[in-house]
Amino acid sequence: MNESNTAEIGKPQSFMNRNLCGFPISAVLLFLTAPVCHAARIGDLTDTSVTEQALRFFTFSDASLRMALIGCILLGLNCGLLGGFIVVRRLSLVGDTLSHAVLPGIALGFLWNMTKDPVAILIGATLVGGLSMLTVNAITRTTRLKEDAAMGLVLSSFYAVGVCLIGMIQKLPTGNKSGIDKFLFGQAAALNGGDIALLSVTATVTLLFVIVGYRGLLTLSFHRAFGESLGIPVNLLHHAMMLLTAFAVVTAMQAVGVVLVSAMLIIPPATACLLTDRMHRVLLLSALIGMSTAALGAFFSFLGNNLPTGPFMVLAGAGIFTVAFLFSPRQGWLTRLWRQRSQSERIGRENTLKAMYHIAERREFREEGISLLELAELRREPIEIERVNAEKLVHQRFATLSDDGSMLHFTPAGWRKACAVVRNHRLWELYLTNVMQYGADHVHDDAEKIEHVLGEDTVRQLERRLDFPQIDPHGKAIPGAREVHGMADRAQAGSTGYNR
Amino acid sequence: MSPALELHDLTVSYAKKPVLYGVDVQIPQGALVGIIGPNGAGKSTMIRAIMGLLPLSSGWVKIFDQPFETSRHRVGYVPQREQVDWDFPVNVMDVVMMGRYGRLGWLKRPTREDRRIAEESLEKVGMLPFRNRQIANLSGGQQQRVFLARALAQQSDLYLMDEPFAGVDATTEHAIIALLRELKQQGKTILVVHHDLTTAREYFDHLLLLNMRLVAFGETEQTFTVDLLQKTYGGRLTILSDVARQVSQAEDRP
Repeated sequence: MNESNTAEIGKPQSFMNRNLCGFPISAVLLFLTAPVCHAARIGDLTDTSVTEQALRFFTFSDASLRMALIGCILLGLNCGLLGGFIVVRRLSLVGDTLSHAVLPGIALGFLWNMTKDPVAILIGATLVGGLSMLTVNAITRTTRLKEDAAMGLVLSSFYAVGVCLIGMIQKLPTGNKSGIDKFLFGQAAALNGGDIALLSVTATVTLLFVIVGYRGLLTLSFHRAFGESLGIPVNLLHHAMMLLTAFAVVTAMQAVGVVLVSAMLIIPPATACLLTDRMHRVLLLSALIGMSTAALGAFFSFLGNNLPTGPFMVLAGAGIFTVAFLFSPRQGWLTRLWRQRSQSERIGRENTLKAMYHIAERREFREEGISLLELAELRREPIEIERVNAEKLVHQRFATLSDDGSMLHFTPAGWRKACAVVRNHRLWELYLTNVMQYGADHVHDDAEKIEHVLGEDTVRQLERRLDFPQIDPHGKAIPGAREVHGMADRAQAGSTGYNR
Repeated sequence: MSPALELHDLTVSYAKKPVLYGVDVQIPQGALVGIIGPNGAGKSTMIRAIMGLLPLSSGWVKIFDQPFETSRHRVGYVPQREQVDWDFPVNVMDVVMMGRYGRLGWLKRPTREDRRIAEESLEKVGMLPFRNRQIANLSGGQQQRVFLARALAQQSDLYLMDEPFAGVDATTEHAIIALLRELKQQGKTILVVHHDLTTAREYFDHLLLLNMRLVAFGETEQTFTVDLLQKTYGGRLTILSDVARQVSQAEDRP
């Protein structure tokens, strides 16, 4: 309806297109400025072996290293928690815009008294971050451009201003310029005591904010209008969250770098979303993944001496995400592939068992063994394929193969399975013809698929609905307790498809 | 007895264009009211304005003789289910517990009583077996029933429901009707935005006929008349909507 559409416009719901325009631009700019800024690193050792480095890392003997690691863990916690809400609210692009747009603020904060004063930088960055969001709002309110375009525009132009300012600062003859270049790529080792103090404060505030405001934030994220109707100050919460996000981005920037810091807001919660489907667990996992990602990044960067911290953090995060993407128990790509494969294997086995049943049925269950030759004839397949199928059955203990490998015998489990599949098939055919009024010649193909998926409960229901039938539409007997007992001597008593 | 809901000269506009003009109405307590009108008549707008979700151009809303801010805990809200992202990482019970948040405040942990109320609400809409299900795995009708259960968990005296019957299956429709009758028996007041004229007479004891302005409000026998329905639905392009368009165009000009 018209009115509800108009009402939704104020809601930041439609940032579907992720960062398509922002990254190429920032990449080009970065490339241009690359010679200016040094690749950052942890520690200043150059000629030690990897094991020595690893040992040095894990003994935590180095004070500056300890500080860098603490800083990384704090920023991982901070970004992970806030990122959880950012991602489920589909504000990922907002995080990205914010992280790029604060760069001029950082430069201005530095210019304030020409030192890397964390508080001045935080204030400058927060103000410019706020300005960037206002600009996005102004563009979307007054033009027909959508949020993604407005953000891409603001992101890149603010970032360009920041890069120019930083370039200028580095060319200035006076002042202590050390550290300003680290904001581009990130250098955890550049974190000093003041930075760590600021990180601890912002991380603590965020943690308290998320714990105290959890219900409000959850309601805001899931259903803003409902929260508003309850009297939850959703607007206040939203702005507080964006302010804390700006703080998180700015304090994390020295260790991760301006270009990649948004990854710390997005990758950990995105990974968490693949692994769980409750919000509090998403937050918990996201915080944990954020912390380990940041620590791993610091570690690898420390090992690889000449390499910057930011990319390593992002790579560590991307690595964890890839593992979750492939192996997540619910949504993992490989997990699903494996599930499909084992499903089709099961269907293949069940079809072989069914064919064996049909052969046995044709002989009125008089002989035990079913030869592979008969199977191959019935299914019109080469005997080699039947041999493979037979071995699959033997492997699953549904059948045994005679010594010369030419005859198959049901095991009790295999016999039960075969009866169950044939029963499912014939019950379903009967249901389609008698209840759903399909013609008898229309039902076989459907039953071929359904036979593999009917659960025991559904079978019970079908039996009741059809009044415990004996004969299928094609005049064949539906396997039931009595008939199975005819073969019970060979297949051992009680092995019916019914009383499992 | 004071009315459950009183609207006085309620006017709401979107982008300077009024969509609801000067609605004056008093809804008595215990009424089961169907809000009926064509598309774009301002039915959802009215509900959202009552809930304080939209700014009023003029007029006021009183709920049990109080402004909305003081009596909001007596109001339960069932919005249209398209309003939320159903892939959000919460399960059915989480959503229903949100109905308790208004009473729980910020830090108080949900008590056993809160859980019992939430479970009872789920039971009433037949969704208790799905309490641990992720909301992404619900059908449309089940989603609607979850929203109803959340409103029930608010334990309100006045319920505002925005098209709860839209696009639901027969099971859900029956569940909602049974629920509405039960709530009415408990003396609750219920306003339901409704689309389907064929069932309106059967479901509701009062009708509120709306087409950008209040056409009529009263007991179903008195209001479900050819004359009034024609007034509500007949002139879709009334002078009113023409004027509204002209006003918005005039104000957009520099």
